[in-house]
Amino acid sequence: MVICHCYTDASHVSFHASLRSAAQMLFQRIEEFFDRFFGGSSNPLRHLGAMGLYFLWIIVGTGLYLYSVLDTSINGVYNSIGHLTREQWYLGGVLRSLHRYASDAFILVMALHLVREWAYGRYYGFRFYSWVTGVPILWLSYVSGISGYWIVWDRLAQFSAIASTELLDWLPIFSEPAARNFLTPDSISDRFFTMLVFIHLGIPLMLILGLWAHVHRISRVDYLPSRQMMLGTLATLLALALIKPALSDAPADLAMVSTQLRLDWFLLFIHPLTDVTSPAMVWSMLIAATALLFILPFLPHPKAEPVALVDQANCNGCSRCLADCPFAAITMAPHPSRPGYKIAIVAADLCAGCGICAGSCPSSTPFRSQERLVTGIDMPQLSVNDLRQQLEAKLSRLGGRSRIVVFGCSHGAKINALSSTDTAVISLACTAALPPAFVEYALRGGADGVMLASCRSGGCHYRLGERWTDERLNGRREPRLRSKVPLSRVHHLFASDNDNKLLAEALKTFRNRIENQQADDDPLPPYFRRNSYHA
Amino acid sequence: MPKAVAIVGQIVLYGAFAAFIGYFATYPRYRPIPDDAALIKLSMSHLGGRECRKRTPEELENMPRNMRAPLDCPRHRSDIKLEVDLDGQPLFSTIMQPTGLSKDGVSTVYKRFQLKAGSYRLSVRMNDNLINPGYNHVKEEQITLKPAQVLVIDFNPDKGGLFFRQ
Ligand code: HEM
Ligand code: SF4
Ligand code: SF4
Repeated sequence: MVICHCYTDASHVSFHASLRSAAQMLFQRIEEFFDRFFGGSSNPLRHLGAMGLYFLWIIVGTGLYLYSVLDTSINGVYNSIGHLTREQWYLGGVLRSLHRYASDAFILVMALHLVREWAYGRYYGFRFYSWVTGVPILWLSYVSGISGYWIVWDRLAQFSAIASTELLDWLPIFSEPAARNFLTPDSISDRFFTMLVFIHLGIPLMLILGLWAHVHRISRVDYLPSRQMMLGTLATLLALALIKPALSDAPADLAMVSTQLRLDWFLLFIHPLTDVTSPAMVWSMLIAATALLFILPFLPHPKAEPVALVDQANCNGCSRCLADCPFAAITMAPHPSRPGYKIAIVAADLCAGCGICAGSCPSSTPFRSQERLVTGIDMPQLSVNDLRQQLEAKLSRLGGRSRIVVFGCSHGAKINALSSTDTAVISLACTAALPPAFVEYALRGGADGVMLASCRSGGCHYRLGERWTDERLNGRREPRLRSKVPLSRVHHLFASDNDNKLLAEALKTFRNRIENQQADDDPLPPYFRRNSYHA
Repeated sequence: MPKAVAIVGQIVLYGAFAAFIGYFATYPRYRPIPDDAALIKLSMSHLGGRECRKRTPEELENMPRNMRAPLDCPRHRSDIKLEVDLDGQPLFSTIMQPTGLSKDGVSTVYKRFQLKAGSYRLSVRMNDNLINPGYNHVKEEQITLKPAQVLVIDFNPDKGGLFFRQ
């Protein structure tokens, strides 16, 4: 059974849906272009959240240094930053530049991360929580970033402070216009400055808490990019810091306005936007955009997949499903009927319906004589029993010189086109939903080779599927493919839905390899369930 | 793909990333006002007068002895009327309302005007207690604004009422 990802009302595809899928197509193409150079595990576009966290740690580290050496009084700060930039350019200056450029990079990857999650349709259902907790992070990021520019107390700081307070004054929050604080040089005080530093340190703290909440409901969070990515990114930022060090403008002078500013467009774009529109317009846009982000998960979207169901009698409490579930949807509780044992519990609102748990359960092995295979945790849309029946039926119809079974996933390369007399195809929600014992079962049930077509590395719709499949096949993760199974008869391909040519070629190469292989290097005895049952 | 090509590709892409960040961190330059412009900022925060009423002798007669104040002053403050002229032409006029639920707070205004640098006759009139006619605060002066200069019109009773500050 191929799981339907079509819209509930197929005759009507909304503007939003077509915009989204166009964005997805574009994003995916660019991402796959990056794959060529970086590979999936070090492709920054596939790890934007982790990149964001990495930039945040750079910001926090460099920020703490700056805070410890700067004189944060209204009269001292400008000179002390200037001194640091000139006299200690090799350390303080570089750290200042890193602080600034990492902030810009943070904003950039955050925006890309948001667009990517939206484009791939990862904002509703079981991802609702991640999406909604992401929205306040946008606000917190901007407040921390903008307030950072004020601390320098140069002309740019002055401009941003006045423009921001003028914007805030449009809202009925202060009894006196906040912009009055910046009328004349003597109208600002050290107290204001202390408050500013407090905001610039306090909001990022809230941001970190917010991010903790943001990733709270998924497991094995991509907390940091790969080493290669971290080194590459740091080297890039360092080079930028040396080539174009962050500098201050002239010192603030409230008796003057600047006629030309070196504006940071990532963080301060809001000021020109206010100038060309109006505070009312900007607030309306900000509020509308925020509301839209919150509403997005409630707009029409594909129906949720049925969730995993646990079978009391077949769950032995081994916790493998808990270890493999990418969405932290599983917890363990005391078994209701077997004292001393545990049982898996599925939180329906977190479950993605990916079936990865069914693929991890030791009870999912097809080498069981029961007529109806019942496992510990299973998917209503394609149960392990359905899968075995489908496989058996397809195996019995296979013919030709080399009979190959291809297991694929509904988000990756389109395997259905490969179906022919010597090739059986079976599509799952994710290749990790396939218990590895099925590979052995297929080989012993008449197949000469088994190919698994997972998504590209880092491209699994369910976050971890391609990784788990790879580790299980290579014996690095439970449930392992038994070591007796000759790996020469198994091929694991990583391909996206743009890689259909690659898929066809991989099958051809695999077939050649099998056909040129000695028959006797296959030590597996045949296994036919019905025969063995009667024997 | 050969490893060397992949590495070159990575360097190019990281370089593009750095160029993008580095460029938009300071470019394009932003010009909030034209080179030959100056600003006048009108900003005040002032408590309007109270609209007191003289009590009639009969009223006072009917009140307890210890409460016989000659004036009846409500809590709320008067609106403040403000007019600004530039070279004899009206530039701005407003009636500022007191803040606070019972209208007993300060009245405020904050307004920014951009003009060409040069010399102007600036006059400001204010009435902070509308029970009285006319304007009880007036300030008029010939001003010269250099490019990019900010002139502030403010009010401070301790500094003699309305004042300009450059
Ligand atoms: C710079 C700020 C942000 C950082 C550092 C960040 C970080 C992360 C990280 C590390 C993950 C986990 C990725 C994984 O392990 O697969 C994640 C997931 C996610 N983020 Fe963000 N995030 C940020 C802002 C946002 C924003 C603004 C949104 C959208 C409003 C958002 C939406 C999501 C969604 C929907 C997921 C779930 C992905 C999934 O389940 O596959 N994030 N984020
Ligand atoms: S179907 Fe996927 S998300 Fe749901 S419990 Fe199983 S592994 Fe977790
Ligand atoms: S993997 Fe299977 S047996 Fe193990 S805890 Fe999960 S459902 Fe139970």
